Amino acid sequence: MGLFDLARKRSPWLIHYDCGSCNGCDIELLSCLTPLYDVERFGIVNVGDPKQADILVVTGAVNQQNKDVLKNIYDQMPNPKVVVAVGVCACTGGIFRDCYNVVGGIDKIIPVDVYVPGCPARPEQIIDGIKLAIDKLAEKSAA
Amino acid sequence: MTSLVRIILGLIVFPVIGGLIIGIDRKLTARLQGRFGPPILQPFYDVLKLISKQRLAVNEFQVMSVFIYLASSALSLVLFTLRSDLLMIIFVMSIGAVFLVVGALSVKSAYSQVGAQRELMQMLSYEPLLILVIVGMYLVTGSFNIGIIMQRGKPLIEELPLLFLVMIIVLGIKMRKSPFDLSASEHAHQELVRGLLTDYSGAYLAMIEIAHWYDLMLLLGISALFFYPYTVWGIISALALIALEILIDNVTARLTVKWMLGYSYGVGLVLAAINIVIVYFLR
Repeated sequence: MGLFDLARKRSPWLIHYDCGSCNGCDIELLSCLTPLYDVERFGIVNVGDPKQADILVVTGAVNQQNKDVLKNIYDQMPNPKVVVAVGVCACTGGIFRDCYNVVGGIDKIIPVDVYVPGCPARPEQIIDGIKLAIDKLAEKSAA
Repeated sequence: MTSLVRIILGLIVFPVIGGLIIGIDRKLTARLQGRFGPPILQPFYDVLKLISKQRLAVNEFQVMSVFIYLASSALSLVLFTLRSDLLMIIFVMSIGAVFLVVGALSVKSAYSQVGAQRELMQMLSYEPLLILVIVGMYLVTGSFNIGIIMQRGKPLIEELPLLFLVMIIVLGIKMRKSPFDLSASEHAHQELVRGLLTDYSGAYLAMIEIAHWYDLMLLLGISALFFYPYTVWGIISALALIALEILIDNVTARLTVKWMLGYSYGVGLVLAAINIVIVYFLR
Protein backbone atom coordinates (compact mmCIF):
# COMPACT_ATOMS: atom_id res chain seq x y z
CA MET A 1 0.00 0.00 0.00
CA GLY A 2 2.98 2.31 0.43
CA LEU A 3 3.40 2.60 -3.32
CA PHE A 4 -0.22 3.66 -3.82
CA ASP A 5 0.08 6.28 -1.08
CA LEU A 6 3.19 7.67 -2.74
CA ALA A 7 1.36 7.78 -6.06
CA ARG A 8 -1.64 9.56 -4.54
CA LYS A 9 0.60 12.23 -3.07
CA ARG A 10 2.52 12.69 -6.29
CA SER A 11 -0.42 12.82 -8.67
CA PRO A 12 -3.32 14.90 -7.38
CA TRP A 13 -5.68 15.83 -10.15
CA LEU A 14 -8.05 18.65 -9.50
CA ILE A 15 -11.28 19.95 -10.91
CA HIS A 16 -12.24 23.53 -10.44
CA TYR A 17 -15.89 24.56 -10.14
CA ASP A 18 -17.01 28.16 -10.02
CA CYS A 19 -20.14 28.36 -7.90
CA GLY A 20 -21.10 31.92 -8.70
CA SER A 21 -17.84 33.64 -7.91
CA CYS A 22 -16.91 37.09 -9.13
CA ASN A 23 -13.99 35.25 -10.85
CA GLY A 24 -11.37 36.92 -8.67
CA CYS A 25 -10.47 33.66 -6.94
CA ASP A 26 -10.80 31.78 -10.26
CA ILE A 27 -8.18 33.98 -11.88
CA GLU A 28 -5.87 33.56 -8.91
CA LEU A 29 -6.40 29.80 -9.06
CA LEU A 30 -5.72 29.55 -12.76
CA SER A 31 -2.63 31.70 -12.41
CA CYS A 32 -1.21 28.85 -10.35
CA LEU A 33 -0.94 26.92 -13.60
CA THR A 34 1.16 29.63 -15.21
CA PRO A 35 4.97 29.49 -15.30
CA LEU A 36 5.24 31.86 -12.33
CA TYR A 37 3.77 29.37 -9.85
CA ASP A 38 3.68 26.18 -11.98
CA VAL A 39 1.77 23.64 -9.91
CA GLU A 40 2.29 20.95 -12.55
CA ARG A 41 5.69 20.29 -11.02
CA PHE A 42 3.77 18.76 -8.10
CA GLY A 43 1.88 16.58 -10.54
CA ILE A 44 -1.26 18.71 -10.23
CA VAL A 45 -3.29 18.72 -13.42
CA ASN A 46 -6.49 20.66 -13.92
CA VAL A 47 -8.68 18.00 -15.48
CA GLY A 48 -12.16 19.29 -16.18
CA ASP A 49 -13.76 15.92 -15.57
CA PRO A 50 -15.04 15.10 -12.05
CA LYS A 51 -14.76 11.40 -12.81
CA GLN A 52 -11.00 11.74 -13.15
CA ALA A 53 -10.31 14.19 -10.32
CA ASP A 54 -9.24 13.77 -6.70
CA ILE A 55 -9.56 17.34 -5.46
CA LEU A 56 -12.61 19.52 -5.99
CA VAL A 57 -11.69 23.19 -5.74
CA VAL A 58 -14.71 25.44 -5.39
CA THR A 59 -14.89 29.20 -5.54
CA GLY A 60 -17.89 31.42 -5.00
CA ALA A 61 -20.93 31.15 -2.76
CA VAL A 62 -23.58 28.51 -3.34
CA ASN A 63 -26.94 29.79 -4.46
CA GLN A 64 -30.34 28.17 -4.93
CA GLN A 65 -29.69 27.62 -8.61
CA ASN A 66 -26.40 25.76 -8.48
CA LYS A 67 -26.56 23.83 -5.20
CA ASP A 68 -27.80 20.73 -7.06
CA VAL A 69 -25.08 21.08 -9.66
CA LEU A 70 -22.41 21.24 -6.95
CA LYS A 71 -23.81 18.14 -5.24
CA ASN A 72 -23.92 16.36 -8.61
CA ILE A 73 -20.28 17.13 -9.36
CA TYR A 74 -19.23 16.02 -5.87
CA ASP A 75 -21.12 12.75 -6.23
CA GLN A 76 -19.54 11.97 -9.59
CA MET A 77 -16.03 11.97 -8.15
CA PRO A 78 -14.68 8.55 -7.18
CA ASN A 79 -13.27 8.00 -3.70
CA PRO A 80 -10.93 9.09 -2.15
CA LYS A 81 -11.66 12.75 -2.70
CA VAL A 82 -11.20 16.06 -0.90
CA VAL A 83 -12.87 19.43 -1.26
CA VAL A 84 -11.09 22.77 -1.02
CA ALA A 85 -13.09 25.97 -0.57
CA VAL A 86 -11.14 28.88 -2.02
CA GLY A 87 -12.05 32.40 -1.16
CA VAL A 88 -14.20 33.73 1.63
CA CYS A 89 -17.38 33.37 -0.45
CA ALA A 90 -16.89 29.60 -0.69
CA CYS A 91 -15.95 29.35 2.98
CA THR A 92 -18.82 31.24 4.57
CA GLY A 93 -20.72 33.13 1.90
CA GLY A 94 -18.50 36.15 2.30
CA ILE A 95 -19.88 39.54 1.47
CA PHE A 96 -22.94 37.99 -0.20
CA ARG A 97 -23.96 36.00 2.84
CA ASP A 98 -27.28 37.76 3.47
CA CYS A 99 -28.49 37.84 -0.14
CA TYR A 100 -31.89 36.37 -0.79
CA ASN A 101 -30.65 33.74 -3.25
CA VAL A 102 -27.39 32.78 -1.56
CA VAL A 103 -27.42 29.60 0.51
CA GLY A 104 -24.03 30.36 2.08
CA GLY A 105 -20.64 28.67 2.09
CA ILE A 106 -20.27 25.39 0.22
CA ASP A 107 -20.08 23.40 3.45
CA LYS A 108 -23.85 23.73 3.57
CA ILE A 109 -24.04 21.38 0.56
CA ILE A 110 -20.94 19.17 0.55
CA PRO A 111 -18.34 18.28 3.21
CA VAL A 112 -15.30 20.53 2.98
CA ASP A 113 -11.79 19.52 3.99
CA VAL A 114 -9.72 22.67 3.52
CA TYR A 115 -10.77 26.31 3.78
CA VAL A 116 -8.63 28.94 2.07
CA PRO A 117 -9.97 32.37 3.03
CA GLY A 118 -9.15 35.58 1.23
CA CYS A 119 -10.75 37.98 -1.17
CA PRO A 120 -9.27 36.99 -3.48
CA ALA A 121 -7.11 34.24 -2.03
CA ARG A 122 -3.52 34.68 -3.14
CA PRO A 123 -1.95 31.97 -5.33
CA GLU A 124 0.56 31.16 -2.61
CA GLN A 125 -2.27 30.55 -0.13
CA ILE A 126 -4.14 28.47 -2.68
CA ILE A 127 -1.09 26.30 -3.30
CA ASP A 128 -0.65 25.93 0.49
CA GLY A 129 -4.30 24.92 0.80
CA ILE A 130 -4.00 22.36 -1.98
CA LYS A 131 -0.87 20.94 -0.40
CA LEU A 132 -2.86 20.49 2.82
CA ALA A 133 -5.60 18.85 0.77
CA ILE A 134 -3.09 16.39 -0.72
CA ASP A 135 -1.98 15.41 2.80
CA LYS A 136 -5.61 14.93 3.80
CA LEU A 137 -6.16 12.82 0.68
CA ALA A 138 -3.33 10.53 1.76
CA GLU A 139 -4.83 10.31 5.28
CA LYS A 140 -8.26 9.47 3.89
CA SER A 141 -7.07 6.65 1.75
CA ALA A 142 -5.01 5.20 4.57
CA ALA A 143 -8.12 5.12 6.76
CA MET B 1 17.05 -14.00 -28.52
CA THR B 2 14.49 -16.59 -27.61
CA SER B 3 10.77 -16.01 -28.02
CA LEU B 4 10.27 -15.73 -24.26
CA VAL B 5 12.79 -12.90 -24.00
CA ARG B 6 11.08 -11.14 -26.90
CA ILE B 7 7.66 -11.51 -25.29
CA ILE B 8 8.90 -10.10 -21.98
CA LEU B 9 10.57 -7.27 -23.88
CA GLY B 10 7.35 -6.42 -25.68
CA LEU B 11 5.00 -6.95 -22.76
CA ILE B 12 6.90 -5.29 -19.91
CA VAL B 13 10.07 -3.47 -20.91
CA PHE B 14 8.84 -1.48 -23.89
CA PRO B 15 5.69 0.02 -22.26
CA VAL B 16 7.86 1.14 -19.32
CA ILE B 17 10.10 2.90 -21.82
CA GLY B 18 6.94 4.32 -23.41
CA GLY B 19 5.87 5.71 -20.06
CA LEU B 20 9.30 7.29 -19.58
CA ILE B 21 9.04 8.85 -23.03
CA ILE B 22 5.68 10.38 -22.08
CA GLY B 23 7.25 11.65 -18.86
CA ILE B 24 10.10 13.25 -20.80
CA ASP B 25 7.46 14.65 -23.17
CA ARG B 26 5.70 16.47 -20.30
CA LYS B 27 8.99 17.69 -18.87
CA LEU B 28 10.16 18.98 -22.26
CA THR B 29 6.78 20.63 -22.91
CA ALA B 30 7.03 22.39 -19.55
CA ARG B 31 10.57 23.57 -20.23
CA LEU B 32 9.52 24.91 -23.63
CA GLN B 33 6.82 26.88 -21.82
CA GLY B 34 9.25 28.29 -19.28
CA ARG B 35 8.10 26.09 -16.40
CA PHE B 36 9.78 23.35 -14.41
CA GLY B 37 7.35 20.57 -15.14
CA PRO B 38 6.54 17.31 -13.39
CA PRO B 39 9.15 14.62 -12.65
CA ILE B 40 9.90 12.17 -15.45
CA LEU B 41 8.28 9.32 -13.53
CA GLN B 42 4.99 11.24 -13.39
CA PRO B 43 3.05 8.96 -15.80
CA PHE B 44 3.76 6.00 -13.49
CA TYR B 45 2.51 7.94 -10.47
CA ASP B 46 -0.60 8.85 -12.44
CA VAL B 47 -1.28 5.26 -13.44
CA LEU B 48 -0.75 3.94 -9.90
CA LYS B 49 -3.01 6.60 -8.46
CA LEU B 50 -5.73 5.86 -10.98
CA ILE B 51 -5.59 2.14 -10.18
CA SER B 52 -6.16 2.90 -6.51
CA LYS B 53 -9.36 4.90 -7.01
CA GLN B 54 -12.88 3.63 -6.53
CA ARG B 55 -14.23 1.87 -9.62
CA LEU B 56 -17.04 3.76 -11.27
CA ALA B 57 -18.27 2.60 -14.65
CA VAL B 58 -21.27 3.82 -16.58
CA ASN B 59 -22.04 0.41 -18.08
CA GLU B 60 -20.40 -3.01 -18.43
CA PHE B 61 -19.81 -2.71 -22.16
CA GLN B 62 -17.49 0.19 -21.50
CA VAL B 63 -15.44 -1.93 -19.10
CA MET B 64 -15.16 -4.76 -21.64
CA SER B 65 -14.09 -2.26 -24.33
CA VAL B 66 -11.22 -1.00 -22.20
CA PHE B 67 -9.94 -4.54 -21.55
CA ILE B 68 -10.09 -5.34 -25.27
CA TYR B 69 -8.28 -2.09 -26.12
CA LEU B 70 -5.48 -2.88 -23.66
CA ALA B 71 -5.23 -6.50 -24.77
CA SER B 72 -5.02 -5.67 -28.48
CA SER B 73 -2.46 -2.89 -27.98
CA ALA B 74 -0.29 -5.21 -25.89
CA LEU B 75 -0.74 -8.03 -28.39
CA SER B 76 0.25 -5.83 -31.33
CA LEU B 77 3.49 -4.78 -29.61
CA VAL B 78 4.32 -8.38 -28.60
CA LEU B 79 3.69 -9.49 -32.20
CA PHE B 80 6.04 -6.75 -33.34
CA THR B 81 8.84 -7.92 -31.04
CA LEU B 82 8.19 -11.50 -32.23
CA ARG B 83 8.81 -10.26 -35.81
CA SER B 84 5.40 -11.17 -37.08
CA ASP B 85 3.41 -9.91 -40.07
CA LEU B 86 3.20 -6.09 -40.16
CA LEU B 87 -0.20 -5.94 -41.85
CA MET B 88 -1.70 -8.20 -39.18
CA ILE B 89 -0.11 -6.08 -36.45
CA ILE B 90 -1.75 -2.94 -37.81
CA PHE B 91 -5.13 -4.62 -37.89
CA VAL B 92 -4.76 -5.94 -34.34
CA MET B 93 -3.93 -2.42 -33.18
CA SER B 94 -6.96 -1.09 -35.03
CA ILE B 95 -9.29 -3.53 -33.27
CA GLY B 96 -8.29 -1.96 -29.97
CA ALA B 97 -8.71 1.56 -31.27
CA VAL B 98 -12.19 0.74 -32.58
CA PHE B 99 -13.20 -0.75 -29.24
CA LEU B 100 -12.05 2.39 -27.46
CA VAL B 101 -14.36 4.38 -29.71
CA VAL B 102 -17.25 1.96 -29.31
CA GLY B 103 -16.85 1.98 -25.54
CA ALA B 104 -17.13 5.76 -25.56
CA LEU B 105 -20.13 5.58 -27.89
CA SER B 106 -21.91 3.24 -25.47
CA VAL B 107 -22.21 6.13 -23.01
CA LYS B 108 -25.02 8.56 -23.66
CA SER B 109 -23.12 11.70 -22.65
CA ALA B 110 -22.67 14.39 -25.30
CA TYR B 111 -18.95 14.75 -24.66
CA SER B 112 -18.27 11.04 -25.12
CA GLN B 113 -20.35 10.86 -28.28
CA VAL B 114 -18.72 13.81 -30.01
CA GLY B 115 -15.27 12.75 -28.80
CA ALA B 116 -15.82 9.22 -30.12
CA GLN B 117 -16.91 10.49 -33.51
CA ARG B 118 -13.90 12.75 -33.69
CA GLU B 119 -11.67 9.80 -32.83
CA LEU B 120 -13.24 7.92 -35.73
CA MET B 121 -12.30 10.82 -38.00
CA GLN B 122 -8.76 10.70 -36.62
CA MET B 123 -8.61 6.98 -37.39
CA LEU B 124 -9.89 7.77 -40.87
CA SER B 125 -6.95 10.17 -41.20
CA TYR B 126 -4.06 8.03 -40.04
CA GLU B 127 -5.06 4.47 -40.96
CA PRO B 128 -4.64 4.89 -44.75
CA LEU B 129 -1.26 6.55 -44.20
CA LEU B 130 -0.08 3.73 -41.96
CA ILE B 131 -1.26 1.08 -44.43
CA LEU B 132 0.58 2.88 -47.25
CA VAL B 133 3.77 2.92 -45.17
CA ILE B 134 3.48 -0.86 -44.77
CA VAL B 135 2.68 -1.25 -48.48
CA GLY B 136 5.82 0.75 -49.30
CA MET B 137 7.87 -1.66 -47.21
CA TYR B 138 6.22 -4.58 -49.03
CA LEU B 139 7.03 -3.14 -52.45
CA VAL B 140 10.68 -2.74 -51.54
CA THR B 141 11.25 -6.04 -49.74
CA GLY B 142 8.53 -8.29 -51.16
CA SER B 143 7.01 -9.24 -47.82
CA PHE B 144 5.00 -7.89 -44.90
CA ASN B 145 6.89 -10.13 -42.49
CA ILE B 146 9.24 -8.16 -40.23
CA GLY B 147 11.82 -10.94 -40.14
CA ILE B 148 12.10 -10.89 -43.94
CA ILE B 149 12.11 -7.07 -44.03
CA MET B 150 15.00 -7.08 -41.56
CA GLN B 151 17.00 -9.45 -43.76
CA ARG B 152 17.20 -6.90 -46.52
CA GLY B 153 20.62 -5.64 -45.47
CA LYS B 154 20.19 -2.05 -46.58
CA PRO B 155 18.13 0.47 -44.58
CA LEU B 156 14.64 1.09 -45.97
CA ILE B 157 15.07 4.85 -45.61
CA GLU B 158 17.18 4.90 -48.77
CA GLU B 159 14.20 3.99 -50.94
CA LEU B 160 11.34 5.22 -48.73
CA PRO B 161 12.32 8.66 -47.37
CA LEU B 162 8.93 10.26 -48.02
CA LEU B 163 7.16 7.45 -46.19
CA PHE B 164 9.30 8.19 -43.15
CA LEU B 165 8.03 11.78 -43.30
CA VAL B 166 4.49 10.42 -43.44
CA MET B 167 5.19 8.67 -40.11
CA ILE B 168 5.47 12.14 -38.55
CA ILE B 169 1.84 12.79 -39.42
CA VAL B 170 0.75 9.33 -38.26
CA LEU B 171 2.57 9.73 -34.93
CA GLY B 172 1.08 13.18 -34.40
CA ILE B 173 -2.47 11.97 -34.96
CA LYS B 174 -2.08 8.76 -32.95
CA MET B 175 -0.43 10.51 -30.00
CA ARG B 176 -3.20 13.13 -30.07
CA LYS B 177 -0.76 16.02 -30.15
CA SER B 178 -1.59 19.47 -31.48
CA PRO B 179 -2.77 20.22 -34.11
CA PHE B 180 -4.48 16.82 -34.04
CA ASP B 181 -5.70 16.65 -30.44
CA LEU B 182 -9.36 16.77 -31.37
CA SER B 183 -10.79 13.71 -29.72
CA ALA B 184 -9.12 13.87 -26.31
CA SER B 185 -6.20 16.08 -25.57
CA GLU B 186 -3.19 15.62 -23.38
CA HIS B 187 -3.05 16.24 -19.68
CA ALA B 188 -4.18 19.65 -18.55
CA HIS B 189 -5.68 20.53 -21.89
CA GLN B 190 -9.41 20.10 -22.13
CA GLU B 191 -11.37 19.48 -25.29
CA LEU B 192 -15.03 18.65 -24.79
CA VAL B 193 -14.10 18.10 -21.13
CA ARG B 194 -11.91 15.03 -21.85
CA GLY B 195 -13.62 14.13 -25.14
CA LEU B 196 -13.40 10.44 -25.85
CA LEU B 197 -12.08 9.76 -22.33
CA THR B 198 -14.74 11.71 -20.45
CA ASP B 199 -16.56 8.82 -18.90
CA TYR B 200 -13.55 6.65 -18.14
CA SER B 201 -12.20 6.94 -14.63
CA GLY B 202 -9.99 5.17 -12.14
CA ALA B 203 -8.50 1.83 -13.14
CA TYR B 204 -10.07 1.97 -16.63
CA LEU B 205 -8.35 5.26 -17.41
CA ALA B 206 -5.09 3.73 -16.15
CA MET B 207 -5.53 0.85 -18.62
CA ILE B 208 -6.18 3.29 -21.46
CA GLU B 209 -2.99 5.16 -20.53
CA ILE B 210 -0.95 1.94 -20.51
CA ALA B 211 -2.44 0.94 -23.87
CA HIS B 212 -1.40 4.35 -25.15
CA TRP B 213 2.20 3.52 -24.16
CA TYR B 214 2.00 0.24 -26.12
CA ASP B 215 0.68 2.07 -29.20
CA LEU B 216 3.39 4.70 -28.94
CA MET B 217 6.15 2.08 -28.77
CA LEU B 218 4.65 0.21 -31.73
CA LEU B 219 4.69 3.30 -33.95
CA LEU B 220 8.20 4.20 -32.80
CA GLY B 221 9.24 0.63 -33.57
CA ILE B 222 7.88 0.90 -37.11
CA SER B 223 9.75 4.21 -37.49
CA ALA B 224 12.98 2.65 -36.24
CA LEU B 225 12.47 -0.22 -38.70
CA PHE B 226 13.25 2.23 -41.49
CA PHE B 227 16.86 2.33 -40.32
CA TYR B 228 17.53 -1.35 -39.66
CA PRO B 229 20.34 -2.68 -39.61
CA TYR B 230 21.67 0.57 -38.11
CA THR B 231 19.77 0.14 -34.84
CA VAL B 232 21.44 3.14 -33.19
CA TRP B 233 20.24 5.38 -36.01
CA GLY B 234 16.82 3.83 -35.62
CA ILE B 235 16.66 4.75 -31.94
CA ILE B 236 17.97 8.23 -32.66
CA SER B 237 15.34 8.69 -35.36
CA ALA B 238 12.57 7.56 -33.01
CA LEU B 239 13.70 10.03 -30.34
CA ALA B 240 14.04 12.77 -32.97
CA LEU B 241 10.45 12.08 -34.08
CA ILE B 242 9.27 12.46 -30.48
CA ALA B 243 11.17 15.72 -30.06
CA LEU B 244 9.70 17.01 -33.33
CA GLU B 245 6.18 16.07 -32.19
CA ILE B 246 6.68 17.90 -28.88
CA LEU B 247 7.93 20.97 -30.73
CA ILE B 248 5.00 20.94 -33.15
CA ASP B 249 2.65 20.40 -30.19
CA ASN B 250 3.90 23.54 -28.52
CA VAL B 251 3.84 25.85 -31.51
CA THR B 252 0.51 24.89 -33.04
CA ALA B 253 -3.07 25.21 -31.88
CA ARG B 254 -5.84 22.68 -32.07
CA LEU B 255 -7.40 22.73 -35.54
CA THR B 256 -10.58 21.33 -37.02
CA VAL B 257 -11.56 17.90 -38.28
CA LYS B 258 -11.92 19.21 -41.84
CA TRP B 259 -8.39 20.58 -41.74
CA MET B 260 -7.02 17.35 -40.31
CA LEU B 261 -8.62 15.26 -43.06
CA GLY B 262 -7.52 17.75 -45.72
CA TYR B 263 -3.97 17.82 -44.42
CA SER B 264 -3.49 14.11 -43.87
CA TYR B 265 -4.91 13.32 -47.32
CA GLY B 266 -3.53 16.35 -49.14
CA VAL B 267 -0.01 16.08 -47.74
CA GLY B 268 0.35 12.61 -46.22
CA LEU B 269 -1.43 10.60 -48.88
CA VAL B 270 0.22 12.57 -51.69
CA LEU B 271 3.74 12.07 -50.24
CA ALA B 272 3.08 8.38 -49.73
CA ALA B 273 1.67 8.00 -53.24
CA ILE B 274 4.66 9.77 -54.80
CA ASN B 275 7.10 7.54 -52.97
CA ILE B 276 5.24 4.34 -53.83
CA VAL B 277 4.88 5.31 -57.50
CA ILE B 278 8.61 6.10 -57.75
CA VAL B 279 9.55 2.80 -56.10
CA TYR B 280 7.12 0.92 -58.33
CA PHE B 281 8.53 2.35 -61.54
CA LEU B 282 12.16 1.97 -60.47
CA ARG B 283 11.68 -1.79 -60.01
